[in-house]
Amino acid sequence: MDKERVDQIIDRHQAEASSLIQVLLDIQSENNWLPKEALERVSQRLDVPLARIQHIATFYKAFSLVPKGRHGIHICMGTACHVRGATRILSKVRELTGINPGETDLDLKFSLETVNCLGCCALGPVVEIDGKTYGKMTTAETEEVLKSYE
Amino acid sequence: MSEIILKIDGKEVRAEEGMTVLEAARSAGIEIPTLCHHDKLEPFGACRLCIVEVQERGRKKLVVACVFLAADGLVVTTRSEKIDRIRKMIIELLLAHAPDSFKLRQLAEEYGADRNRFEKEASFCIHCGLCVRYCAEVKQKYAVGFIDRGIRKEISFIPEIAAKECPDCKECFPLCPTSYLQAAFVLTESLAFPSS
Amino acid sequence: MARFNSPEELEKFRQDLLSKRDPNAPCISVCAGAGCLASGAREVINAFEQEIEKQNLAASVETKGTGCPGFCERGPVVVIYPEQICYLQVTPEDVPEIVSTTIVGKKVVERLLYEDPNTGEKAAHESDIPFYSNQERTIISNNIKINSKSIDDYLALGGYSALAKALFRMSDVEVLEEVKKSNLRGRGGAGFPAGIKWEGSRNAPDKTKYVIVNADEGDPGAFMDRALLEGNPHSILEGLIIGGYAIGAREGYIYVRQEYPLAVENVTLAIEQAEQYGLLGENILGSGFDFVVKVHRGAGAFVCGESTALMTALEGRVGEPRPKYIRSNIKGLWNRPSVLNNVETWANVPLIINKGADWFTSIGTEGSKGTKIFSLVGKINNTGLVEVPMGITLRDIIYKIGGGIPGGRKFKAVQTGGPSGGCIPEQMLDLQVGFDELTKAGSMMGSGGMIVMDEDTCMVDVARYFIEFLTDESCGKCVPCREGLRQMLKILTDITQGKGKEGDIELLEELSETAIEASLCALGKSAPNPFLSTLRYFRDEYEAHIKEKRCPALSCRELVSYYIDPEKCKACGICLRKCPVDAIDGGKKKIHIIDQEKCTKCGTCFEVCPDRFGAVTKISGRPVPEPVAEEDRIIRKSKTK
Repeated sequence: MDKERVDQIIDRHQAEASSLIQVLLDIQSENNWLPKEALERVSQRLDVPLARIQHIATFYKAFSLVPKGRHGIHICMGTACHVRGATRILSKVRELTGINPGETDLDLKFSLETVNCLGCCALGPVVEIDGKTYGKMTTAETEEVLKSYE
Repeated sequence: MSEIILKIDGKEVRAEEGMTVLEAARSAGIEIPTLCHHDKLEPFGACRLCIVEVQERGRKKLVVACVFLAADGLVVTTRSEKIDRIRKMIIELLLAHAPDSFKLRQLAEEYGADRNRFEKEASFCIHCGLCVRYCAEVKQKYAVGFIDRGIRKEISFIPEIAAKECPDCKECFPLCPTSYLQAAFVLTESLAFPSS
Repeated sequence: MARFNSPEELEKFRQDLLSKRDPNAPCISVCAGAGCLASGAREVINAFEQEIEKQNLAASVETKGTGCPGFCERGPVVVIYPEQICYLQVTPEDVPEIVSTTIVGKKVVERLLYEDPNTGEKAAHESDIPFYSNQERTIISNNIKINSKSIDDYLALGGYSALAKALFRMSDVEVLEEVKKSNLRGRGGAGFPAGIKWEGSRNAPDKTKYVIVNADEGDPGAFMDRALLEGNPHSILEGLIIGGYAIGAREGYIYVRQEYPLAVENVTLAIEQAEQYGLLGENILGSGFDFVVKVHRGAGAFVCGESTALMTALEGRVGEPRPKYIRSNIKGLWNRPSVLNNVETWANVPLIINKGADWFTSIGTEGSKGTKIFSLVGKINNTGLVEVPMGITLRDIIYKIGGGIPGGRKFKAVQTGGPSGGCIPEQMLDLQVGFDELTKAGSMMGSGGMIVMDEDTCMVDVARYFIEFLTDESCGKCVPCREGLRQMLKILTDITQGKGKEGDIELLEELSETAIEASLCALGKSAPNPFLSTLRYFRDEYEAHIKEKRCPALSCRELVSYYIDPEKCKACGICLRKCPVDAIDGGKKKIHIIDQEKCTKCGTCFEVCPDRFGAVTKISGRPVPEPVAEEDRIIRKSKTK
């Protein structure tokens, strides 16, 4: 991500130290991950130590310090989905993609994350891929859905 | 600063307004165990070892002495069956990480803690935060910080800053109760420091 | 766009709006909440717009995407006004028929109506559907009537009249007194009386104060705040401004979790609209009261739902809670007096101001006034959001409104209060819902998540699940929580895997005591609750796991074996084909046998065996029967049917 874009985002939040999390969210959402250079620029301009930024970037689940895959798979592990069998869906996805939650496959095709409740509890178990929500998932459907992504 | 009078373990203690219960106790020669406390650093309240019972307005509650402010008329108990039980558990939980820590073993003896109560954990960091806080508050270099949260929380050096600042400093090393800090530094040095 | 410089201008605008809106004109309201959108509501809305256009009705028929009315199980939900005909599970293919039959023909489309599962009776109107009729929907009923992106819709329903009343016909002290009188208790979890919290801030000497909306709804299974903030953002804003006025705060924050992008979008839009109309900003409605609001997105941390951690996050730092030795309504955000309340708490404020504290206290019980929105989820027929008066029994919620347990399964427990709460068993179903009643039963109200569990749910696994959740979400600062939960998770996992031993329960209890007494914040202090409450009511399950290596619910993978009943197997071959590890041996007319060595207990065979055979069974706590002899595996044609 180029320095100019990072600066624009920082300026949008008036370079205030208290807006650190909002700035990082904007960078994450545009760039899909937080490169070290971006963090260093933010540290410089917001006058916040890099160690603090590093803690924030690892503390909050929205951020990734490594590039992500083309398609982000989010499996809801909320209580309602859990009770409806989310663990089996997770097992199936791990089996099909070969990765664990928090990982990205070698082709940078899929990144897998578990989420603690997407708020669509009536549709549990819920899987969200690239912003599209799939409800009432079964292990068979999971296979079908994953196959449809390039 | 006005003077206040409180009672600690039945003993009358004079203190200054604004002092914590820990400071007031220490000024009267009453020992309360601590791990994450350091006189040069802001109180952290993380290890919970200094837990004491206070009574204010007729109600009793457990608080950590390093953070709780002393107040006029406060009644403090620093040892009891419950307090000792909690301290013993805290020590045992930490011994699972650092069974050979001198400080922890001293505490274990005092509270009858069992070194082998819990299975040995992989990381021997006990998260007292002394290194991180010392580098931030006293040296203001921020060469080492925390990462992640929950049971995955760890300390981590920032290689570029550590390479520059640490070799001539290392003032945090003697603060570490488990020597995990030194181990982490050596690892960072060998893996990530730009070769000089 | 008009800017209202006085309450009279606001009222005039409202009257003009209403005079221009024909209450008898047809209006198609389609729920556009996140749940229905995930079920295809956007396509339904588009289909309606196209069909209306096609039939040349665009001038007289309005179509709008609205807030969530709560009947999530049957979404997409469509309500046709003015008749209030309610259609459920509507697809784009149904749309032309609805337009022709109902909009034009003024008749109902029977097959899309609600049908009572027992009597088969159909209900045409929202108010006739038992799911709705048994609720008391003072807050959420507006959702289906408004386009969440329109301030005019909110104004048409009387929006911001409470603000005008507070600013011009009540003093700030009177507003505070009214909220105190109402006994409104926080809807976020702890149930602290809002009026008393407000009073503390009001009386604090600091001149700079803040009011904050906690929309970091993190309890898994709870989505009430999402529906309110997405569906009717102005109602929250109005409550917040009134709160600011009451305590003397000029700045407000809305902390929304980033997992709710639609809520972030809608509330940000609402703020812009309110500013344009002069309902936010300088000199609101000409009252001399200035107030601004900022939206702050969460970045994915459950602990930030804790009030002091939320304030720390607002300051741009990691969400580490602070000790509450000095309460945050005295020293909170930036060490200033800060009133933090939950979304639903704020939503109640305009109603209390408009209708009065006496109205509010007429609903509910002695200790718990007003209504509460619960998210009724899990093993329940009518999943969704339900708003009920405090004092209603759990039994009524689960059976009268929820429609009972699906699949003919038996109710086992209902979990309330999220990771800080507990499980309530069958024998306590007549408990009247309220803050103190739920706490006495070993659970708590929490934010309103109500997860129903049936006989297939393992209660030990439920405890393990919540502890695992918290080991990830804990900030990790203090020992009793971080280390205590670490060890509790290990022990509970071992128990569910058949490695439990004598002394485990006692050790878990000791770890619980340490966490409750010595943790830094409420996350740690309440973390042991799911364990303690399941131990209290389902101790036999713990003992079965530990002593007999048996899971009574037949759920824990390591303790369950899959076995094909040779009496029932018809050798259809489906399970053999679907088994991911080829662990099933069989053939045409040859009874299938699972090789226990190869079996990974994924449960696929159990899932796919046709219902009419039901040959795959689960066994726990005893050895799998020996396979039948080879010659007995051949299925011969039976002489009798």
